Amino acid sequence: MPRFSVSIHIVPRKGLLDPQGKAVADALHALGFATVADARIGRHIVLEVDGESAEAARAQATAMCDKLLANPVTEDYEIAAVAGG
Amino acid sequence: MSLTFGVVTFPGSNCDVDAWHAVIDVLGERAVSLWHADHDLQGADVVILPGGFSYGDALRAGAIARFSPIMREVIAHAERGAPVVGFCNGFQVLCEAHLLPGALMRNASSKFVCDWVHLRVDGTNAPIFLDAYAPGQLLRIPIAHGEGRFVADEATLDQLEGEGRVAFRYVDAAGHATDDANPNGAARNIAGITNAAGNVLGMMPHPERAVEPLLGSADGLPLFQSLLARVGA
Repeated sequence: MPRFSVSIHIVPRKGLLDPQGKAVADALHALGFATVADARIGRHIVLEVDGESAEAARAQATAMCDKLLANPVTEDYEIAAVAGG
Repeated sequence: MSLTFGVVTFPGSNCDVDAWHAVIDVLGERAVSLWHADHDLQGADVVILPGGFSYGDALRAGAIARFSPIMREVIAHAERGAPVVGFCNGFQVLCEAHLLPGALMRNASSKFVCDWVHLRVDGTNAPIFLDAYAPGQLLRIPIAHGEGRFVADEATLDQLEGEGRVAFRYVDAAGHATDDANPNGAARNIAGITNAAGNVLGMMPHPERAVEPLLGSADGLPLFQSLLARVGA
């Protein structure tokens, strides 16, 4: 069965205070990057997943996000890339 | 009257001994130690999920513990209407397990806060935990957490308030729920909530660390006494 590298982005939901993102946005402003309107900091997860197809690997990753990897109350996730196979 | 408390220990729990002390040495009741990999509650009437850093807070606080083998039994216990209480990390586990709504996020200050706070008893739907307190009673209880900011959508918050499920709120010494009295930026100063049936309580503060004057306060003890009076047989 082919192996796929699945890249997942998880970020705090817009509108919820993200203290880490706010600290980074403030630091960027202090460095003169006045164009930064907002920063949110989440996590990037890379999974190596065995599957019949890229679609199957993506579906597996989606199920994993819904069950464990992301908190539906506070976070949004995106399967950013499925590579390999 | 007697009562058996089951105190769960996950890898990384560190307040299980505090709960043990409160139950055995101060309340004078029986406790059994439940390891995260266990599959039965050993006859526990009340389950306590203690504070700490289960699984090193990997992914999110409580996210991994929620899938521990013992949690299958804890969830079944709660669904039977039996009492389950989570302090600090235990509250985070209860939210992750969907036994309670909402989530706990990083403190608004970004800082770990270890301090004494004032709480006001606001809950009305969970006498098994709150019966020995007067409505609106002010308590002095310690907190120690970095991720204690309770969040939920507005509809959920309104529902919690409307159903008397905000068990405890952070207040100042005069009993007012001000921003200054809110140690972590929790929505509506919420420190603890109960489920709709009133048999599951989660709270960030540590009543198990405030059970005798030697510890600086005994204001946490009535929570255990309520359980003994209402659940003990």
